[in-house]
Amino acid sequence: MCETLVAMILSQTTAGATSVAGAQVAMGWSDVLSQQLITGVSNGMIIALIAIGYTMVYGIIELINFAHGDLCTLGSFLALTLVGALGMEAWSGMGGTAAVITLLISAAIFCGALNWTIDRVAYRPLRGKPKLALLVSAIGCSFILVNIALFWGGLPMEVFGGGNQAAAPKDFPSLISNENLLGARSAITVTWRDLFVVIVTVPLMIGLTWLVKSTRLGKAMRAVAQNPTAAALMGIDVNRVIGSTFLIGGALGGFASVIYALYNNTISFQMGYRTGMDAFTAAVLGGIGSLPGAVVGGIVIGLVRALSDGYIEARWTNSVVFGILILTLVFRPSGILGAKLREKV
Amino acid sequence: MSATPIWKKFLRVDIALLILACLLPVVDQRLHLDMVDPMRGVMVFAILALGLNIVTGFTGLLHLGMAAFMAIGAYAFAISSCDIYPFQLGFWWAILFTAIVGAFAGVLLGAPTLGLRGDYLAIVTLGFGEITQDVLKNLDVITKGTQGINPLPSPHVPWWTATGFGMLEFTSEQELPWYWLFLAFVVLAVVVCRNLERSRTGRSWLAVREDELAARCMGIAPVPVKMIAFATGAALAAVAGGLWVSMYSSTGEPGNYDFQVSILALCIVIVGGMGSINGVLVGSIAMLGLANIALPKIASAMQSAGWVSSGSVFGSPNNWKYLVFGLVLVVMMRFRPDGLLPAKLSIVNSKKKKVVEPAS
Repeated sequence: MCETLVAMILSQTTAGATSVAGAQVAMGWSDVLSQQLITGVSNGMIIALIAIGYTMVYGIIELINFAHGDLCTLGSFLALTLVGALGMEAWSGMGGTAAVITLLISAAIFCGALNWTIDRVAYRPLRGKPKLALLVSAIGCSFILVNIALFWGGLPMEVFGGGNQAAAPKDFPSLISNENLLGARSAITVTWRDLFVVIVTVPLMIGLTWLVKSTRLGKAMRAVAQNPTAAALMGIDVNRVIGSTFLIGGALGGFASVIYALYNNTISFQMGYRTGMDAFTAAVLGGIGSLPGAVVGGIVIGLVRALSDGYIEARWTNSVVFGILILTLVFRPSGILGAKLREKV
Repeated sequence: MSATPIWKKFLRVDIALLILACLLPVVDQRLHLDMVDPMRGVMVFAILALGLNIVTGFTGLLHLGMAAFMAIGAYAFAISSCDIYPFQLGFWWAILFTAIVGAFAGVLLGAPTLGLRGDYLAIVTLGFGEITQDVLKNLDVITKGTQGINPLPSPHVPWWTATGFGMLEFTSEQELPWYWLFLAFVVLAVVVCRNLERSRTGRSWLAVREDELAARCMGIAPVPVKMIAFATGAALAAVAGGLWVSMYSSTGEPGNYDFQVSILALCIVIVGGMGSINGVLVGSIAMLGLANIALPKIASAMQSAGWVSSGSVFGSPNNWKYLVFGLVLVVMMRFRPDGLLPAKLSIVNSKKKKVVEPAS
């Protein structure tokens, strides 16, 4: 066991050293580990942003919003369409920043509006019905969104490969530089992209916390999450509050979708299922319904994925994540930060 | 409620379907409909959905990983019967073994998880489905990875062959023997389900579904009762998997048993009516008819009309499946949650008035 691990780390090291031909410094095991941690945290922040969407909706109507991951897929597809339509690859200098901001905002508006619409059309009519009906409806919405993304990929645009290979993964142009901030000779790579992920996600998380803690809407959201009937009796428009939750969660998903596309440079119509399950696992691991829990869970899942890719094998990574999901649900359904809830019958 | 129309009193959906199924090969031969081949798929999925119906319909547990049990059944059948492995059972022993392995897998998944509440259990079954698929794909030493295990044995049954009465061996090219074999299995599965539904166990399933607390007060232990449902459902799904791979004489790649298959089974149960055996039969005809017969026909009609080219994303019927399944789930939940042939005791739309949601 120990030998194999060492052998794997060694092979990783040599692979790392040969692939970065320009770097004279051979990567020690600590460098490899730090690199995995950096990648893990960056991916984890993206997962966390999506996980917030799951946890907010679950907190307020106890629905696992299955469609959330696929909503993010559509956000990425919208971003790619905009890149192609406006020729953003050619925008340079300040134009590049403007392009990224345009993408972030338009995807956020689009995903927020779409999530609100899904709630209005598919979920709101089922309020008060058994929860399983709602969950089945959410799975249905997820499948519809996947199919829309598949058709979207067949759009006859150059960025979509002319639309001939609709189901194939699409290359997302790298609008953000991949240059190493620590200098070309450093063994560890921290790119503009890693920085970009942090610059966008952290303010969003802080803003959301402020919104939930300190605004009138946030107070109403917490009230509805605690007891919808009592909240309605106190004059809160429950449906409006639930609608805004979907809107905000969707908008965060929209931000995440653009960050994901810019960070990973490739999108596909099925990616929402995978990222969605990662994010949902993160939400459960952190304690579903808890916002800090979603962030912590997201970063943990990002790290687990990176370490599993590096030290186990990439083909087992999804199983590892699902294993964590099942073990958390079986042994600690309230998650790391979730409050201990007594099951109501 | 209006009185039941007179024709409904005499209509037995199951008998009607059985007669139609028996007539189909004759009609098919005369009119060249090419329906026998797709009907075999319908029947395999009917067995799978009957298994899901026990778990989701009778017992009220949403199960999103039925494909995993189908895969386990497929590989159990393959490993116990293929001649590259030491066991080399014949078809009938292998099917029996498959059912036992399926039931065992169901218990294995159910034992730690059945105490969970509805939506968490659904997610655990989904995760189980994904892990099973990954394990089958990655343990290629045993499962041959994406190549699949082949060739697999086909059944021998006493029948009239060209040389007189003797043992008939099925081949993959023949359609009719498989058709009759699968029909026999569907009939068997329906009889088993119907008897189980009326048994003490079946009544406990319904009791647990309707009100777990009340069932407990009546002396029913929910977890063992759910466990039996899980095991029975998994066994049926495994048999469906075994039959399926036996027909193709290969397991195919593990990716065939993916989430889409689980959702197709769920669509069948929901369209037919949760907890309604006749509903599941009608649902499997409706869903697979839609996915495997109607969609290709529509696509080829649209291509010949010149609306879409065959290379376009809209031209391939496979590209519409997600949309169809998704719409079925959303629309059925919204407008007809009890399905086409609702069970007598409905699950989703029970007329029970909920007074006030208790505080969280």
